Amino acid sequence: MKRMISAAIGIAFVAGALSTTSVHAATTLESVKAKGHLQCGVTSGLPGFSQPDEKGSWTGIDVDTCRAVAAAVFGDAKAVEFTPLTAKERFTALQSGEIDVLSRNTTWTLTRDVSLGLNFAGVNYYDGQGFLVNNDIGVDDAEQLDGATVCIQSGTTSELNLADYFRAKGMEFKPIVFDTSEQTVQGFAAGRCDVLTSDRSQLAALRSKLADPSSAKILPNTISKEPLGPVVRQGDDQWFNIVKWVLFAQINAEELGITMDNAGEMLKSDNPNVQRLLGTDGDMGAKLGLPDDFGLAIVKQVGNYGEMYDRNVGPDTALGLERGINALWTNGGILYAPPVR
Amino acid sequence: MKKQSIDSKSARPKPWYDPRVRALFFQVITLAVVFWAGWVLIDNTLSNMESRGISTGFGFLDETAGFGIIMHLVPFDATMSYGRTFWVGLTNTLLVSAMGVVAATIIGFLVGVARLSSNWLVAKIALVYIEVIRNIPLLLQIFFWYFAVLASLPAPRQSVEIGGAFFLNNRGLYLPGPVTQDGFGLVWGAVLVAIAAVFGLRNWAKKRQKASGQIFPTVKVSIAVLVLLPLVAFLMAGQPLEWDLPALKGFNFGGGISLIPELAALWVALSLYTASFIAEIVRSGILAVSKGQTEASKALGLPNGLTLRLIVIPQAMRVIIPPLTSQYLNLVKNSSLATAIGYPDLVSVFMGTTLNQTGQAVEVVAITMGVYLTISLLISLLMNVYNRAAEIKER
Repeated sequence: MKRMISAAIGIAFVAGALSTTSVHAATTLESVKAKGHLQCGVTSGLPGFSQPDEKGSWTGIDVDTCRAVAAAVFGDAKAVEFTPLTAKERFTALQSGEIDVLSRNTTWTLTRDVSLGLNFAGVNYYDGQGFLVNNDIGVDDAEQLDGATVCIQSGTTSELNLADYFRAKGMEFKPIVFDTSEQTVQGFAAGRCDVLTSDRSQLAALRSKLADPSSAKILPNTISKEPLGPVVRQGDDQWFNIVKWVLFAQINAEELGITMDNAGEMLKSDNPNVQRLLGTDGDMGAKLGLPDDFGLAIVKQVGNYGEMYDRNVGPDTALGLERGINALWTNGGILYAPPVR
Repeated sequence: MKKQSIDSKSARPKPWYDPRVRALFFQVITLAVVFWAGWVLIDNTLSNMESRGISTGFGFLDETAGFGIIMHLVPFDATMSYGRTFWVGLTNTLLVSAMGVVAATIIGFLVGVARLSSNWLVAKIALVYIEVIRNIPLLLQIFFWYFAVLASLPAPRQSVEIGGAFFLNNRGLYLPGPVTQDGFGLVWGAVLVAIAAVFGLRNWAKKRQKASGQIFPTVKVSIAVLVLLPLVAFLMAGQPLEWDLPALKGFNFGGGISLIPELAALWVALSLYTASFIAEIVRSGILAVSKGQTEASKALGLPNGLTLRLIVIPQAMRVIIPPLTSQYLNLVKNSSLATAIGYPDLVSVFMGTTLNQTGQAVEVVAITMGVYLTISLLISLLMNVYNRAAEIKER
């Protein structure tokens, strides 16, 4: 009898454990606040986007996007923990709740937006796919690449664009598919492939990893549109709005001329746009479920979009990327954030 | 009176004291809990995926894949479906597994026998091989063979060339590809006849040896028959075979048969690694045959080679086969490390690219696990059949 009772208790226990999965889940903002930090998915190492520096702290434009979210939520840009992910792992990590934001140079596409249960919260870098080749193969244009062997990272839109491009041009290619971008560089350096293809910004980053970066060049062709940005889970509009408006806040800050250095002085500004963004007027933060001075925290600790860009991927960095279409709309680019009001 | 009632009770206990009823009861409960838990898991997964807006179902298998795969044994291009990428991945996995099993078995048996050699140098070389290879993680060995070998090979335009037909460079090994012409059927026919003849010859030689004790050189004659008969047919049919020679076209070689470095590296690494385990299994099998058997064989005047082939190995096989099966299973499962060096196996193509482009992780992972389970069970089944044939026959 004793055994039967213990068996029954065991069964009830298992049943209880299994049925708890259907209880109401906390919102992402609540769970992030409860944890005390933001869990952010990044690459396992891509210069300019997300890479640990020599001290072990993460740097890059994707990293700064997460730091800006942490600054908005906690008022502390350091309240972030990073999860390095391969391209293959990234969506599962977000879907399963392992991370709160995926900021891993991820291209916004219809399929990803619609069928993965995810939402793209905006674009922090407008990119396009290009080709990296060794100088000595004597190719100046992607249309001369018929029959080439191409190194590529698995699970990326690049894999599809590549096949589309060669098919449209009636050319053939041999894809060598690696798991990580480091491996694609190794394969390229070992001479396994003639061409390395990826987003142009990544190519600049990967080229800087070669033993002799000047031995390879990026072809002028851009074969696709690659809007890269942070991703959140579908079904939590509040969190979606927070990440979206953190990005907009950075872009608006650049437009309004608010920088890390002058953010304190700008608090005294008479410009109502500046006042609303920095929280001296109105309750913009409260509407998002954030402190009203979330804009101030972001700009003071992470900077405006332009500062974030220049620090990580701009002309003075190893990547040396000009602003191009990533400039503000007022400067001939396409960055345009809705107003904070 | 009281005593009697106790007796009658113990003769036919109440159902909850009857061990058989209790056993049945608990088995039914356990089974019900297992099924219920499985159902809850599946139901929970489906409803959670639906509430999070993640697509489910197997419809994606018919959608256009839209990506390229470097090596395919079944016809494939980017306009074909995700379902086709599954077959491409599966055949590539089966190819490298089959190649690995054959090579690992041959190397393993040779090293295992060498390990027991009375020649000090041979035995020590085998020992060093086993201890080095089996104690280094397989993934590192795959990287070694891939990157170390790749780096030492020349670029396509500086290929190592043998007679204008064989080319070796960092894109792979290129061999002339045979293209059969009309009339090649005759050669295939001759091959079949030769195989049948060899079997007949073996039976006849066995019978003759039993009757007269005379040994017929079966192996040499068999090889001669297998080579000569098709050769004669080939010449009679007017040499209906042409060779497709590889040639440098643009960046790479085209034409002929190519062995890509990813396959070569994976094959070599898997074979050498598994062979080191098989060698130890073979050694244990041989040592399990009692010394008396060898001594008896020598007393009868059989030379070393024949003793090994006729007396020791058949008895050793009984000990060898069960652990050998495990090694084959390991090899097949280890072949999924292919994804690390870009060999397009099932995990790399289907659970990698296809999973990522469709986002249907649960379905893709389930299919992939099902495939590996099926392959492993099939291998187990075949090896069990072989094991039954090799077992001691109780008469």
